[in-house]
Amino acid sequence: MPPSIQALTHKYLRHNKRFPHVWCPGCGNGIVMGALLRAITRLELEKDEIVLASGIGCSGRMPTYLDFNTLHTTHGRALTFATGIKLANPALNVVAIMGDGDATAIGGNHLIHAARRNLNLTAIIINNSIYGMTGGQYSPTTPFGSTTTTSVYGHIEHAFSIAELTVTAGASFVARSTVYHAALADQLIEQAMMKPGFAVVEIISNCHVQYGRRNKIGNAVDMLASFKEQAVTVKRAATMEKEELRDKITIGVLADRDLPVSTDEYKRIREQARSKREEK
Amino acid sequence: MTEAKRKRCLLQGNEAIVQGALAARCRFFAGYPITPASEIAEQLSVRLPAVNGTFVQMEDEIASIGAVIGASLAGVKAMTATSGPGFSLMQENLGFACATEVPCVIVNVMRGGPSTGLPTGPAQGDVQMARWGTHGDHPIIVLAVSSVLDCFTITVKAFNLAERYRVPVIILSDEVVAHTRESVELPLNSEVKVVDRIAPAMPPDWYKPYQEDARGVPPMASFGDGYRHHVTGLVHDQDGFPTQNPQEVEKFHLRLSMKITKGLSDIQLTKKYYMDDAELFVVAYGSVARSAMRAVEEARQAGIKAGLLHLITLFPFPRRTLTPYLQQCHSVLVPELNLGQISREVQRVNQRQCAVVKLNRVDGKLITPHEIYNRLVKLDAGRVG
Ligand code: SF4
Repeated sequence: MPPSIQALTHKYLRHNKRFPHVWCPGCGNGIVMGALLRAITRLELEKDEIVLASGIGCSGRMPTYLDFNTLHTTHGRALTFATGIKLANPALNVVAIMGDGDATAIGGNHLIHAARRNLNLTAIIINNSIYGMTGGQYSPTTPFGSTTTTSVYGHIEHAFSIAELTVTAGASFVARSTVYHAALADQLIEQAMMKPGFAVVEIISNCHVQYGRRNKIGNAVDMLASFKEQAVTVKRAATMEKEELRDKITIGVLADRDLPVSTDEYKRIREQARSKREEK
Repeated sequence: MTEAKRKRCLLQGNEAIVQGALAARCRFFAGYPITPASEIAEQLSVRLPAVNGTFVQMEDEIASIGAVIGASLAGVKAMTATSGPGFSLMQENLGFACATEVPCVIVNVMRGGPSTGLPTGPAQGDVQMARWGTHGDHPIIVLAVSSVLDCFTITVKAFNLAERYRVPVIILSDEVVAHTRESVELPLNSEVKVVDRIAPAMPPDWYKPYQEDARGVPPMASFGDGYRHHVTGLVHDQDGFPTQNPQEVEKFHLRLSMKITKGLSDIQLTKKYYMDDAELFVVAYGSVARSAMRAVEEARQAGIKAGLLHLITLFPFPRRTLTPYLQQCHSVLVPELNLGQISREVQRVNQRQCAVVKLNRVDGKLITPHEIYNRLVKLDAGRVG
């Protein structure tokens, strides 16, 4: 039996924090937070062993509410702070929570280099295709043709595929889910946190307030329904033509490979440096 | 006894910064290569792993200071080193470290600017940026080095101040200091006084990470040591959570400033030469202070009652040290490798008590002792600039 939401709430929410939270009713951020907590429960990790770092934006507020070691950094930089934390104390389980604008626009460079560097970190990227907190401007994942407050004539740029990007950049583990597929999201986060090396979970989420409404997709429920419609598993996607896949969301594990993890490799460097010093 | 074991060595300024950092028990460096600071990264990449420390070369300077702050939050003393353009990139996260009270050290081996500027000549153009580069009101500690030995002792001091006051400390160096080799005798590690941040002593449930107290510097818990807490660059209350309550917002700002004000006598470092009976004096810092020292000695030999106030701490500006001399002397000369960034401070403090005279060079060359000497002679003769 999975733990009830109430049990998780009591265990992990900071009751001394001044609730209510800042999220709009129905926002996908809450579902991702639930998925993260369920994954952590299943992994049986102690609260002190976990560090959550976030950037700026609606998703950036998530760590504030949770009773771990938590860090709300500058915009786009969550992974850089996470890198320092992990290198300074490799025993900690460090999870970075980012939005699409955070992780792929201002933080795009850090994302590809974190993947390339392959430290043992977990990145959860909540992709709602929009800048929610600043009022609905287009992000690097806003689909071509969409309407946003900075693309009222229709968006003329093309969207990044976050998961595919990080596969190419060299992450050890890359997976995608949507907030409709919450149970899958739990599972993928759990797998990501267990995986040695840089692990990315992209979760397609709804910002019905800024994106759904403006693009006539509807409210939170309508957006979840659209994710259900659009989702195809990695397995099925492999059998489909490129054209058929155009408006689909591929969900599941996109990459899972064993690469040297730089947190471990550095131990070797230390030994080498020490023995060199002793020789002297 | 220990004297006998000390070794003389021939070092560059950048190398002495590395030695100082290691002596201060810095165990983390993240940086991005840039001239004329790169030797600091190169040497630490070799030496840190040997002492169980960590070196990482990041993708840019923004990432570097981010990683430094992360490492410090995880309980490890951390630093980065850069030059002008890289220092510009670090400003936002520098503000984050100020707001969240994360100790760290940032070395800026200054080069000419603006922009890519003059990478291989000495300059002192980043003085006001070090003070005000990040947005908002905030205290900061800025130290300047002028010799190879300074590079060692001031780096140790920088770490100690960072830990004691929970602030980022900036060390300003310049190309001449960074790359001149000097023979120095460094103290042994056992002789170096090292300060560590104060860890919380109360049970975790009682810990308030930003609690106001007499010292103004709350104890600092590290991630993973059982004192789970929240760190945010948003204005926060004493529990660390974002607040917009005007009383809490004001308290936040006032405490950040107050903790530095309370430590002024500890933080504001200067060296005085021939100041007791001086009738005119030089205020200088960095490599220029070396030229000034020589010029003042020559002036004394020529019978001119000149003195030198050598600034090590540039900010908080050592106003109280300066004031009596502004009353005592008829002129003060401020030579700088910029168009007048510290002379502004001197003028601000002076309040028209004595003549403040500037001597500036921005051609990528050093200010020579001779240039300073000539100005001292003129000032002594004419008592005006
Ligand atoms: S603005 Fe959008 S992303 Fe932000 S809380 Fe509201 S629904 Fe969620």
